[in-house]
Amino acid sequence: MVAHSYQLKRADFIFKNENDWERILDKTLKRPPQELINELMSSELKGRGGAGFPTGLKWKLTAEDPSDEKFVICNADEGEPGTFKDREILSKVPYKVLMAMAVCGYVIGSQKGYIYLRGEYKFLVPELNKVIQEFEYYCKQIGHQFSIKIFLGSGAYICGEETALFESMEGKRGEPRNKPPYPSSNGYMGKATVVNNVETLAHTFTIFKYGAKKFYDLGVQYSRGSKLFSVSGDTPKPGIYELELGMSLQDFVNEFGDGDTKAVQVGGASGFLVPRKRFEKTTIGYRGKLTGISLPTGGSMMLYNSSRSMYNVLDNYLEFFREESCGQCTPCRVGCQQLHFGIKAVKRGDKPAQYLDKLLKLTETMQLTAKCGLGQSVANSFSSIVENFREEMIY
Amino acid sequence: MNPVQDLIKNLADEHGRTRANLLPILQGVVEQEKYLSEYSMIEIARELNLSAADVYGTATFYSFLEHKKMGTYLIRVCKTITCAMKGKNQILLIIEDMLKIGLGETTSDGKFSLLQTNCLGWCHKAPAMLINDEVYTELTPESVREILTEYLKK
Ligand SMILES: Cc1cc2nc3c(=O)[nH]c(=O)nc-3n(C[C@H](O)[C@H](O)[C@H](O)COP(=O)(O)O)c2cc1C
Ligand code: SF4
Ligand code: FES
Repeated sequence: MVAHSYQLKRADFIFKNENDWERILDKTLKRPPQELINELMSSELKGRGGAGFPTGLKWKLTAEDPSDEKFVICNADEGEPGTFKDREILSKVPYKVLMAMAVCGYVIGSQKGYIYLRGEYKFLVPELNKVIQEFEYYCKQIGHQFSIKIFLGSGAYICGEETALFESMEGKRGEPRNKPPYPSSNGYMGKATVVNNVETLAHTFTIFKYGAKKFYDLGVQYSRGSKLFSVSGDTPKPGIYELELGMSLQDFVNEFGDGDTKAVQVGGASGFLVPRKRFEKTTIGYRGKLTGISLPTGGSMMLYNSSRSMYNVLDNYLEFFREESCGQCTPCRVGCQQLHFGIKAVKRGDKPAQYLDKLLKLTETMQLTAKCGLGQSVANSFSSIVENFREEMIY
Repeated sequence: MNPVQDLIKNLADEHGRTRANLLPILQGVVEQEKYLSEYSMIEIARELNLSAADVYGTATFYSFLEHKKMGTYLIRVCKTITCAMKGKNQILLIIEDMLKIGLGETTSDGKFSLLQTNCLGWCHKAPAMLINDEVYTELTPESVREILTEYLKK
């Protein structure tokens, strides 16, 4: 069956400068929390950090929790290879994120917000702190209690995983916790916590300012709204683009490819590699009832042209996972290592080509038994590369 | 009090003395000292009333918390896929040649150290590197030479 093909549609909400944010904040804080939750729910905004959890529902669950203290955390760990949009939001329109955090605090009943910023973005701190100061001052003026603090990471990709992020903020090793319990009841310091990606928060600004319908009208069924895409690799126009969800990968490649695109990695190292023959059938959005394959993503789109060896690509990803695995559970710690050794051995000829099938089995096991999303998602890129470019792995 | 004890006390005054303040304190020590010595970890544990094992456990988890003394200027070149595709190796060779050090090494005058790191979030402007907290992107052999020449003058 042929997939629907949606034209690439540009949008311009996120980076649009909104000089009236103070007025929007006043207005929003006067609306009942339940109404704001409903607004978010009817927009169908889903988390832009990768997992795609409905944002309205997340706020609702946390609002309903009886925790005596609650927290709002903005996840600015942005460590997925090929993602660089959150930094741009924090440098260009930080007030949207701060406002969204304050509104979230109002909705769930929290007076404390944190921005978990990756150490690699430390240079942002002085400017960001200035904006935070002005923002807190304004909140105080209108009688709204909300403080925001930056917490700096220290070079660990896994700390972007929300429970590892809590551990890190609590002064511990960034090792993910078991879920459940979920952050909406047991987050930072064991208290109910909303963790949202930077971009998700920025979208709530659009929704509160323009109404849910404006957002909902963009995109396609199950994948509403626009999304920032970080475009890199073999492309004549690398950069950050806001596009409506639901586009076909073919349209994307027509726009951003260099005429020789062999494959696109959708969703970073933990996402999927889509070969040319699947461009037509693949759409970008959350899984729903679209025909063909629908791939969710935090927005990382890496293009590879025919001069690239997919073996080198996989080798690079596996090195990344080996280094970034927190090492807490065996399937992931040992699995990443074995996969990496394994493809090297096949390439050298020390192992027969069939060994790749053993490795594919191993990724299935990791998917089922690893404790967190890191170990579980290694299978995505591994199997999509090995299955589509088997020859390149061997010769 | 010796300078390290002083530093740790000041950092604890600034951030607080609970476990949740541990990471900012570790970061502060690394910023000043260019690494975490066993001595500083024990001192931090004492100042925050934590076990040295807890401090050590946290301190060894994070790649930006060094355990070997680094140079005044710590260079981290991104080695993840897009930077690798866009000429990271060539950039490394130039740095190694200009500073006469290899990966993981520090110049004998203690001024520079060279490391690799994972995706810095500048793939659209690859290859990229950090020198301390400063970002340098779209590196070319020429621009790296220029950048390093400036640092060598400092
Ligand atoms: C290994 C791993 C790394 C992650 N890194 C990030 C990250 O850097 N930024 C982010 O927003 N979410 C990241 N996430 C997803 C978070 O756990 C969480 O789902 C997200 O921050 C929720 O926000 P959202 O609902 O607004 O997307 C990561 C997840 C995993 C498993
Ligand atoms: S899956 Fe990997 S990263 Fe996640 S908890 Fe297990 S070892 Fe750590
Ligand atoms: S791959 Fe080097 S900055 Fe992303």
